Amino acid sequence: MTLVVQPIADPSAPLARRNPVAKLAAALLFSLPLIATLDPLTPALALLIELAVVPFFGVRYGLLARRAWPVLVASLGLLVTMVLFSANRTGTLLLGLGPFDVTTGVLLSASGLILRLFAVAVPGVLVFATTDPTDLADALVQNAKAPARFAIGALAAFRLLPLLGQEWQMLTLARRARGIDAGRNPVTAVRLFVSTAFALLVGALRRGGRLAVAMDARGFDSGHPRSYARKQVFRPADIALVVVALALSALAISLSIALGVFRPIL
Amino acid sequence: MSDVVLRGFGWRHAGRKAWAVRDVDLHIAHGERVLLLGPSGAGKSTLLAALAGLLPADSGESAGTIEIDGLDPLHARDRVGIVFQDPQTQLVMARSGDDVAFGLENRGVPAAQIWPWVSDALDRVGFPYPITRSTAALSGGEAQRLALAGALALRPRLLLLDEPTANLDPAGADLVRESLAQSRDDATMILVEHRVTEALPLVDRVVVLEPGGGVRADGAPEMVFAAYGDKLADEGVWVPGFTIPALRSATAATPDLVRAEQVTVAQRLASVSLGVGEGEVLAVTGPNGAGKSTLALLLGGLLAPTGGQVRGFGDERALHKWRAATLTGRIGSVFQNPEHQFVTSRVADELAVGPRRLGRTPSEIARTVDDLLERLRLGKLARANPYTLSGGEARRLSVATALATAPRLLVLDEPTFGQDRRTWIELVTLLATLRDDGHAIVAVTHDDDFVQTLADRTFQLGTARLKDPLPRRRRS
Repeated sequence: MTLVVQPIADPSAPLARRNPVAKLAAALLFSLPLIATLDPLTPALALLIELAVVPFFGVRYGLLARRAWPVLVASLGLLVTMVLFSANRTGTLLLGLGPFDVTTGVLLSASGLILRLFAVAVPGVLVFATTDPTDLADALVQNAKAPARFAIGALAAFRLLPLLGQEWQMLTLARRARGIDAGRNPVTAVRLFVSTAFALLVGALRRGGRLAVAMDARGFDSGHPRSYARKQVFRPADIALVVVALALSALAISLSIALGVFRPIL
Repeated sequence: MSDVVLRGFGWRHAGRKAWAVRDVDLHIAHGERVLLLGPSGAGKSTLLAALAGLLPADSGESAGTIEIDGLDPLHARDRVGIVFQDPQTQLVMARSGDDVAFGLENRGVPAAQIWPWVSDALDRVGFPYPITRSTAALSGGEAQRLALAGALALRPRLLLLDEPTANLDPAGADLVRESLAQSRDDATMILVEHRVTEALPLVDRVVVLEPGGGVRADGAPEMVFAAYGDKLADEGVWVPGFTIPALRSATAATPDLVRAEQVTVAQRLASVSLGVGEGEVLAVTGPNGAGKSTLALLLGGLLAPTGGQVRGFGDERALHKWRAATLTGRIGSVFQNPEHQFVTSRVADELAVGPRRLGRTPSEIARTVDDLLERLRLGKLARANPYTLSGGEARRLSVATALATAPRLLVLDEPTFGQDRRTWIELVTLLATLRDDGHAIVAVTHDDDFVQTLADRTFQLGTARLKDPLPRRRRS
């Protein structure tokens, strides 16, 4: 079990080397307006734009797909849910399943939802696939004026994540050694999972506490203004990235309004 | 360098009845290098935390005074550097250089000065990698060197070291001591360490804390050990020159109780065949990364091998396919970190888990629990929470939980790791008794003293050769 999220991009790609805060802001400004509409066209347009800029982030499509697999799984789940529970059974009947009739109406609303999911998720995946966590924390503190206590603290906690995977394995094996296993009983399996997760949490809290003391011992809580060993700069190109992202999002929404398919969520 | 003065100093953690440390009068002059000793529970770590200014006034009650260059430690924090036991919870950043720079950033050192200071600190501890080296890729000893560089980069006038090698294997501990020796400057140093022999070349004064309060002894190392060596050894301090006689099996081992045949685990263990019989202690040694712990998991029936198999107890099925209850009745595993094994919130309940799984009657369970509590000196702690035990107590409890189901094979991973001398002797004696009662015992270990004292056979991983039984020899 690995929990490390390392950048997988070519760091010299024109958009990958933009300031992390600019990338994050661009991703949010681009994808958040998409939530406002229920039609499938807007997210489809947005997704097209996203896929078109992927090469400028230095990310190969195969790698992107691998990073985005949880989204694929979630979209399948969405499809099943819509077939089972959709209230809108209008349109042409495609597959007769009684109360679960698959009609064009069902598929249309399902595809709208799935496209929205992808359109919102892909920018996030892109940002984290092209950004080193240390750079992100630095930029959050230096350019977005986030409190160092929060940004650097989260970064330090992030470093401990891979340990949790090893810890989980040892806890599971130790429980077997103590004679505790679930066999084929699902209730016992859930109870065992919860108790192992609790032990993992207790251990993580203790380690987190020790790390916090070690950080304070090196003056993290001194209240002295920090200096920056690694300078993050916010250039005109970073501003351009944010502005263009917002403009493209507006373009997608304007198009769907112009074509009369825009369906506001409220 | 700093001048440290304590007058009648004491500290009681909030919510505790007993004082962690009290009535300490001590003067440590500029540039002195002091080894701080005392049995576990004497308050050594609390004293260091107080000096580092890490005990806020609202976290307990203090007595007397403590001063660093005439200042309260809470206001002298930029003069003090501290290194703790566990390298994993001291490193903050993903890259080595960034980690050393972390403290400098916190002090507001100008950016232009940070990187020269970082390289200087890394040079002083002999860190062999470039500053971009991932901190996740460092061994324990290397990580601890980096933590030391992080403390030295701040140019402390008082350097505090709280058992900096206790979590490391012997090679890692050597790395850190080498760094301490070579980075030596005029800073005042206070070192807490229970492997005294190895620490002595680093210090010129020894201070022994009395558990009930006060300072028992203070002076040059030879003087202190001549006068108090016996007592310190009894209390668990690894005093130089005190030996323990070897404990070897009187009988020959039976045919293999459990045997591993050409087992491999992908990326963790190269092909190995070995068996262990009743009435012998088999020590598995070898360098880091050779797969010792993996082998222990295989022999404990906890891990499925990638190739080969582990069988035993006349059972057709491979060990890892047994149900947990069957397994726990036959093989007891003791993990390196005792806390991984605890599943209840009371010591006595912890001991009852295994027997209950095996369907023993309540009266049988009660008898087993009482017997183990007494044999492993845990009686007073029967109602305590296992997570609140000291290192030695937690180790004794983890061994006791493995014994509760009376398994014929015991598999232990680094059982003596970081233990004081008293717990060490108790463990070794207990294992010798179990062996003489006909148990089979496998111990994965880095501890040469353990091998010399107890092992009937040694299996060295990495070279994968079985050495002849050791000649009777005394610990030196």
